[in-house]
Amino acid sequence: MNLTLRVWRQSGPSAPGKMVTYRVEEVSPDMSFLEMLDVLNERLILSGDDPVAFDHDCREGICGMCGMVINGVAHGEQRATTTCQLHMRHFEDGATITIEPWRAAPFPVVKDLVVDRSAFDRIIQAGGFVSVPAGSAPDAHSIPVRKEDADDAFDAATCIGCGACVAACPNGSASLFTAAKITHLSLLPQGQPERLTRAKAMVDQMDAEGFGGCTNTGECTAVCPKGIPLDTIAQMNSDYLKAN
Amino acid sequence: MAGYLASEGVTATIERGAATAPVSKPASKKPTPGKRGGFLRSSNGKKVIMAVTGAVMVLFLVLHMLGNLKIFLGRDSFNEYAEALRTLLEPIAPYRTVLTILEVGLVVSVVLHMWAAISLARRARHARPVKYVAKKSQAQGYTTHIMRWGGVTILLFVIWHLLDLTFGVVNPKGYDSAPADRMIAGFDLSRWWVTLFYIVAVAMVGLHLRHGIWSMFQTLGWATRVKALRPLAALVSAVLVIGFLAPPLAVTFGVIK
Ligand code: SF4
Ligand code: FES
Repeated sequence: MNLTLRVWRQSGPSAPGKMVTYRVEEVSPDMSFLEMLDVLNERLILSGDDPVAFDHDCREGICGMCGMVINGVAHGEQRATTTCQLHMRHFEDGATITIEPWRAAPFPVVKDLVVDRSAFDRIIQAGGFVSVPAGSAPDAHSIPVRKEDADDAFDAATCIGCGACVAACPNGSASLFTAAKITHLSLLPQGQPERLTRAKAMVDQMDAEGFGGCTNTGECTAVCPKGIPLDTIAQMNSDYLKAN
Repeated sequence: MAGYLASEGVTATIERGAATAPVSKPASKKPTPGKRGGFLRSSNGKKVIMAVTGAVMVLFLVLHMLGNLKIFLGRDSFNEYAEALRTLLEPIAPYRTVLTILEVGLVVSVVLHMWAAISLARRARHARPVKYVAKKSQAQGYTTHIMRWGGVTILLFVIWHLLDLTFGVVNPKGYDSAPADRMIAGFDLSRWWVTLFYIVAVAMVGLHLRHGIWSMFQTLGWATRVKALRPLAALVSAVLVIGFLAPPLAVTFGVIK
C-alpha cells in the first residue's frame, strides 16, 4: 500500500504546529497503524529528520497510551478499537490519512501527536480509589456482589483512560472517563463508604481541569475503544446530585 | 543468553519508538470547595438547571397543546378556556393571578435555561481552543448537533408567536379581539407564510425535545437502567408536534372557520 499522510507536527508545547504531508510507500495491510508510523519514522530518521512523536506502550489495546484522531475520528473509524489495534487493511491503497493529536485545553500537546493527559491522573487522585486496609487479598467470595452489578462494574472498569472520549466530544468533556471510574466503584460494596464524596470530588476536579460539560451527544461512547456506555454518565450524575 | 551477548559486546536496547519531550509540571488545578453556589457553578449543576427548567417547559407545552386543541370544539369553547385560565381561583385570588404566576415561572425557566446553555457553550469553547482539521461525527442522530442553534431559532419564534397571538401586534385582529378570532385570522390561507413559519418552528421544537427530553433523564441520573427513554422522548416530541400543527393547518385549509 502507498499512502499519503497529513500529520500534525509541533516541536514543543509552546511551539506553533502545522500539518505536514508525507508519502509512505510499501505499507503492508497487515501492519497496525502504529507500525505504519514506525515505517514512516524509520525513513524520517534515515533522512535526518525528526521522527513523529506519538504515545504508545502495550500495542495490544490494554494500556490506553496510544491514541490519535485519524481522519476526524478518535482511534479511527473502526469501532471499539485502539489505534494500536487498528490495521492498515481498513484503509484503501493510495488513501490520504489525516492524523491529529487529541484536541482539548486540559490535554496540552507535548510534541506532535503526544498530549499530556495528567489531568486524568488528577481526576483519579481526587477520588478514584477506595480507602480500605491494604492487607493480603481477601477471599474472592468473602463479600457477595450481585452478578448484574459485578458485570456492570466490570464493564465500566475496562476504561483504559485513553482520552478518546474527550477528543471526540464536541464540548471537550471528560464525562465518560470520569463516569466510568465513578460507576466502577459505586456499583461495588467496597466503593459504598466513599461513594458520594468520590463523585463530588472527581466531578469538581474534572471541572477544575477545564473540561467541558456533557450535552449527552454520545460521540464519546461511539469512539470509546472499550465501548463504555452512556449509562455510566447517568450514574455519575445521580451520585453527584445526591452528594450536593 | 544475555551473558553471551554481553561478552560479544552487543548491547540490546529496547526501541520505544516515540520521541518524548520533558513534560513541565502543570500548575496544580484545585477545585474550589465550599464556594457559594458551587453546585450551580459546576457543569453538572448547570445541566441540572437545564433539565429542570426544560421539564417545566415541556409540561407547559403539553398543557398549551391541549388548550389549543379546544379550537376543534368551536370558537366558544376555545374562548371560554382562555377566559377560564384568567379567572382561575377567582373569588379567592384576583383576576389573572394564577396565570401570572405561571407566566413568571415560565419566563424564569426560559431565562435560566438560556443562561445555563450559554455558560456551558462557553465552557465547551474554552475546552477546545484548537479545532480539528478534520472531524467526523460518529454518534447517531443529528438532533444533538442542532440543540444550540435550534434553541436560538425557537426563541426567535416564541417572540414572533407572542407578538402574533398574545399581544396581537402582528395579528390582523389586533389585541382587543377574542383569542379564537386571533388564531383563525392569524393562520388564514392568505397568511400561508405564517403557517409555514409555524410548521418549521414547531418541527424545530420537536427535534429539540427529541434530544432534550432524553437528555433530561440522563442528566438527572434516571437513565441508568431504563432503555425505553429514547423512544419515549421521540414519542412525546411527535405527539407535541402533531398536536401543535393540527389547529393551524386546520385553519389554513379551512376545516375550522
Ligand atoms: S471512557 Fe473509553 S474513550 Fe474514554 S478514556 Fe476510557 S476507554 Fe478511553
Ligand atoms: S498502545 Fe496500549 S492501548 Fe494502544
